[in-house]
Amino acid sequence: MRRPFDYIIEKLVFFSGVASILFVILIFVFLLKEGLSLFGEVSIQSFLFNVNWFPISDPPQFGIVPLLLGSLFVTLGAIVIAVPMGLAAAIYISEFAPRWFANILKTGIELLAAIPSIVLGFIGIVTLAPFLKTVFRLPSGLTALAGSIMLAFMAMPTIVSIIEDAIVSNPKSYKEGSLALGATRWQTVYRVTIPAASSGILAAIMLGIGRVIGETMAVLMITGNAAVIPTSFLQPVRTLTATIAAEMGEAVAGSGHYYSLFAIGIILFIISFIINLLADLFLHRSRKGKRKR
Amino acid sequence: MSIIETNKLNLWYGTFQALIDVNLAVAQNKITALIGPSGCGKSTLLRVFNRMNDLIEGVRLAGSVKVRGAEILGDGTDLIALRKKVGMVFQRPNPFPLSIYENVVYALRIHGIRDKQKLDAAAEKALSSVLLWDELKDNLGANALTLSLEQQQRLCIARLLAVTPEVVLMDEPCSTLDPLATMRIEELMIELKKRYSIVIVTHNMQQAARISDDCGYMLLGELVELGETKRIFTAPRDQRTEDYITGRFG
Repeated sequence: MRRPFDYIIEKLVFFSGVASILFVILIFVFLLKEGLSLFGEVSIQSFLFNVNWFPISDPPQFGIVPLLLGSLFVTLGAIVIAVPMGLAAAIYISEFAPRWFANILKTGIELLAAIPSIVLGFIGIVTLAPFLKTVFRLPSGLTALAGSIMLAFMAMPTIVSIIEDAIVSNPKSYKEGSLALGATRWQTVYRVTIPAASSGILAAIMLGIGRVIGETMAVLMITGNAAVIPTSFLQPVRTLTATIAAEMGEAVAGSGHYYSLFAIGIILFIISFIINLLADLFLHRSRKGKRKR
Repeated sequence: MSIIETNKLNLWYGTFQALIDVNLAVAQNKITALIGPSGCGKSTLLRVFNRMNDLIEGVRLAGSVKVRGAEILGDGTDLIALRKKVGMVFQRPNPFPLSIYENVVYALRIHGIRDKQKLDAAAEKALSSVLLWDELKDNLGANALTLSLEQQQRLCIARLLAVTPEVVLMDEPCSTLDPLATMRIEELMIELKKRYSIVIVTHNMQQAARISDDCGYMLLGELVELGETKRIFTAPRDQRTEDYITGRFG
């Protein structure tokens, strides 16, 4: 009786293990099939380089340049805000804060990660957007900057915890060696601790970008959703993700518009894939470097 | 003349007393070795001299420690100046994950020296005095972690010498090295004592006998006996010292 049972369990476990890869492949194939259908209608060049996204005009134009730039603006802004803050927070938590306070801070940052993005988007609409509107005297506060700020909050937990891990896993001997030479704590941090954790920091930045570029709900709510080429952070933008979310409901299945949204999905897939690959590379390097000690 | 002097030095980790009424004098331009079984407090004592114990939570000190006649316990002590004067070499070589050059000039940089010529000169001098210059002069940009353990330990000594300390503390500096490398580091120490005063903690009694001028035996937080190395090893005054060096204990 035992053998068939073992057999079944074994197969079940095997299937579960393989399922994850299988699903990724299936999703990618589906995405490719639907997305590539667009290119019968529109050339790849015009999809990638056309500066107009007019999916329901006649004739429609499916140029993703404004959307790519929208995503780029929001992501860049979020990273510029989140990385220095995250780095500083991680340094404070791991090197300067008393232990009890560091624990409170770490819990707080984990809580930040637990806030649903729609709630952040909602808070952004109600508080941040009016604030930006008044400060910069804008017609509307729903801008790339608003999106960047809210997304910076979302990327912070990832960035802080990965950098903190990297700093904590530095050998204690680096710090001791530096202090024993008469360095101050701050000199030790920026001359030894940060360089020694640099791979981890790069990985944190990459994963932060990955977190931000794939985010949909909050950006849909607070970036203003204008599919135009942005020239400043104080303009409304439309990201790749928000485009899919906003237009999927109204696109006629089987139309060029419908396929173009899948094609955007392919682009997003490729971007996240590259970013995750880079992050993995850096994380791997940082662990390898540490193991030598 | 003694360069370091402790008087009734007591140290507690929380409620555990790790040093008990230690009275020790370290002579200038000599090698003073501290020997004793594991956990006897010799590393703790060494770390008092440049206040590295400050990094540990719950450490309490009482008594007096003078470096060149100046008290170094107490909150008013300028730790940066103290550590510049009293440098430390650790048990495991701990070069920073930077280039060889940056390791050597590290302390100079943090003490505000920017002049490239000065840094270059100091790097050459420090590396020469640990006999690494000829080996490494064409390779100063390489990552220090790629060096052999012996080279790394030499580099750590060079890094220290670059700030011209007066005292060099060594915490079992050869424990990760093979016998040949150990011998070469010992030769280096004997060379260095012409210019520096050295305090070395060692597990290895032969090492203490070979290189030290003075030797202190510690047991359970007490400095049992301190004296000229030759005398300690041939005519110890305390029964406990004799038990240890004759191998009856420890």
